[in-house]
Amino acid sequence: MRIELVKRPQQSALYSALSPFFALALTLIAGAIMFSLLGKNPLDALYYYFIDPLREMWSLHELAVKAAPLILIAVGLSVCFLSNNWNIGAEGQFIIGAMAGSILPVMYPDFQSWIVLPLMLIMSMVGGAAYAAIPALLKTRFNTNEILTSLMLVYVAQLFLDWMVRGPWRNPAGMNFPETRNFHEYAVLPEIWPDSGRAHWGFVFALVAALLVWFMLSKTLRGFEVKVLGQSPRAGRFAGFSASKMVFFAFIVSGALAGLAGISEVSGAIGQLRPTISPGYGFAAIIVAFLGRLNPLGIVAAGLVLALSYLGGEAAQISIGVSDKVVRAFQGMLLFFVLGCDTLIHYRIRLVRTALSKAEVSHGNA
Amino acid sequence: MTATLETHGANLLEVRGLTKIFGTLKACDGIDLTVGKGEIHALLGENGAGKSTLVKMLFGSLEPNAGEIRWNGEPVRIANPHAARKLGIGMVFQHFSLFDALTAAENIALSLDDETPIATIAAKAKALSYSYGLPLDPYSLVGDLSVGERQRIEIIRCLLQTPELIILDEPTSVLTPQEADKLFETLERLRAEGKSILYISHRLEEVKRMCDRATVLRHGKVVGHCDPRKETASSLARMMVGSEVLSVVRPPAEGAGKAATLLEIRNLTRKPATPFSIPLRNINLSVKAGEVIGIAGVAGNGQGEFFEAVSGEATQPDAVTVRIRDKDAGHLSITGRRMLGAAFVPEERLGHGAAPRMKLSENLLLSRYATDRKAFLGSFGLVQGSAIVKAAQRIIEAMDVRKSAPDPEAAALSGGNLQKFIIGRELDRQPAVMVVNQPTWGVDAGAAARIRQALIELARSGSAVLVISQDLDELFEISDSIAVMHNGELSKPLPIAEATLEKIGLLMGGAEPGHVEPVAEVA
Repeated sequence: MRIELVKRPQQSALYSALSPFFALALTLIAGAIMFSLLGKNPLDALYYYFIDPLREMWSLHELAVKAAPLILIAVGLSVCFLSNNWNIGAEGQFIIGAMAGSILPVMYPDFQSWIVLPLMLIMSMVGGAAYAAIPALLKTRFNTNEILTSLMLVYVAQLFLDWMVRGPWRNPAGMNFPETRNFHEYAVLPEIWPDSGRAHWGFVFALVAALLVWFMLSKTLRGFEVKVLGQSPRAGRFAGFSASKMVFFAFIVSGALAGLAGISEVSGAIGQLRPTISPGYGFAAIIVAFLGRLNPLGIVAAGLVLALSYLGGEAAQISIGVSDKVVRAFQGMLLFFVLGCDTLIHYRIRLVRTALSKAEVSHGNA
Repeated sequence: MTATLETHGANLLEVRGLTKIFGTLKACDGIDLTVGKGEIHALLGENGAGKSTLVKMLFGSLEPNAGEIRWNGEPVRIANPHAARKLGIGMVFQHFSLFDALTAAENIALSLDDETPIATIAAKAKALSYSYGLPLDPYSLVGDLSVGERQRIEIIRCLLQTPELIILDEPTSVLTPQEADKLFETLERLRAEGKSILYISHRLEEVKRMCDRATVLRHGKVVGHCDPRKETASSLARMMVGSEVLSVVRPPAEGAGKAATLLEIRNLTRKPATPFSIPLRNINLSVKAGEVIGIAGVAGNGQGEFFEAVSGEATQPDAVTVRIRDKDAGHLSITGRRMLGAAFVPEERLGHGAAPRMKLSENLLLSRYATDRKAFLGSFGLVQGSAIVKAAQRIIEAMDVRKSAPDPEAAALSGGNLQKFIIGRELDRQPAVMVVNQPTWGVDAGAAARIRQALIELARSGSAVLVISQDLDELFEISDSIAVMHNGELSKPLPIAEATLEKIGLLMGGAEPGHVEPVAEVA
């Protein structure tokens, strides 16, 4: 017996629109099963996971803190994925962006001025974009697979950061802890409403980026070019659009946004560089991008959902004592169900029994 | 007479009230059709008449909304192509689905469900192909075969499954006249063996010559069943279109000798870009204002490569190789060449000339965002939505494009209607140079006449028109001179007054392209 995917002649527009919600519902059901297998009351667990974090103001701020990098990265990734460039290395671009942005406060701590922060933001974007340009260059020059190269560069970035904070950039007054010095006041991304919580301007950057990219994709010739080259490369060539320039454009935009997310996280939420600065934002953002239907406005909503899964994971760890790995499991299930629902809208499953194939011609009067 | 008796005696396939609805469009509306044992049944209709939808339902690729299919008198539900093959329905598609890098036998093996060894398949295929007069070497690479030979693979693949009913979708549209004759012999042998054939074609002469009965569709409905032998080509065309098909009028080109050369190709040579493409060898051609030049040739002789080189999808190392309106364009991209006043229509509609999942208005922007920048784009590259929708509407009206929604996706249109839109998109800007590859491939008589007339009118209004086509009738109808492309070489253009089917046919078969004139003198 084998399983075949058969393309459906027509796709339901309604189901396409509902697909992310089906995926969410299925994730919740699968999550409930997972909790009961872990010996926890599934309703309690889901409550702590998804409702409790939304009940207090400070906690909503935390949601924005977590959602900011996810949205920023995913918005950039939507440009990549729509143009058929599979940038899986946003995590690496996030890290390199954060490091490039940290050069001023770490290496020149005495240079203190209001201009430091804008320079940091710009340098982070340049750093992230430059790092993303590597797989773009390899793809256009040597026809390498960008999925592999961008993914492998993540590990390079992670180890580079690890080495820098343990070695050259270690805080001289930090008792040998693997951290850089704390950023000075001019290098810290301010909070939006300091009175009520920790949310910093990174969240505003995310919303602005989502709006700008949405406008670019839906209203301008450049957005048209992104979609044409992604959907039918040959028609794009006929239109006179350059596929290799688009590879660079998509990688540079997403790299710059990932880099901006990196510096926002480091200077807004953490305040220094550490061996690990991201709980996998660059990978979770792939889920966000697809859950948001590759639409920047949808991505804002999807980013908040994924941010909730991080917060819920922490909350559930404290209140009911489940492992923090549950977060990863949730994210994995969510991506699985999103892709699964999308696939089943376009294809149906057919079981083929190799021996009994006569049964497939069903007679109308039977 | 036996055939006639059998036709009335046993119906192999009976279709009653078959209906398929896409959105608000009834693509097939209560179709009735019977195919008897041992008959060749023609299915005629304009593009968008519902022929493809009907055969897709018969072959299980689409599910009907209503109606009944009876096979040997028993109602059946054909859920998928696999079920259709099990019943004994085989289909040869218009577009081949073969892998270039595999051998003929391997391609056949891919479509068979059981795990027969390749050697057995090859032996069977060879025996079958010779017994039907379609000689085929099962171990040859598909990439090396001509289009006619590729079609043989598809037919043999279909015959290996011993079908009772064979559906052929526009089988002769890619063949030379000689290859087509061979195919007809095969079909007649199959009929003599009692197999039934459902033959889709828009070439009325063929239908008259071979088919026992015909069913004519228009706008998704059956408009009549008839005996094509008792009809004339024009009466059949009238049934299909619902009115007289206007024959194309070609007024004489005036003062063509003195007119300026608008498109010139000098010593164009191009190495093969992929292992399966044809190198171009030293091609020279000039097209003057006011004239239509046709390029004939069997498919796969370098036409696609030539089109890419002329359009600028592939640029040339030497700028003087292609000159448009007296400017060197060899280095220019397709956009640069468009800005010089040239327009291009490629062979493939979906995925090349148009992006399938994009609306017609967006597809308008595809080829005209640069030339009509002022009309369609605002500052910062902002797309003027209302302007492109309005322009698309203008083209839809001018070319009589039929569609099921105000601004549908390109893929939702039938082939002929999409082609009308793509041609109309370029005509709308009155290009000085127009290069078209296969303008009416798979397009019905009514739409084809309209497209051809439009191309002639464009030339007579002072533009240079270059048409690459495999349809000789079309080229004779519209061209002022015809050149032939064979194996990457282009013959000198023959003025239409001197060109005969025989001369062109010889050149298509490879009779030394360089020596056209001596042949003409002898003849």
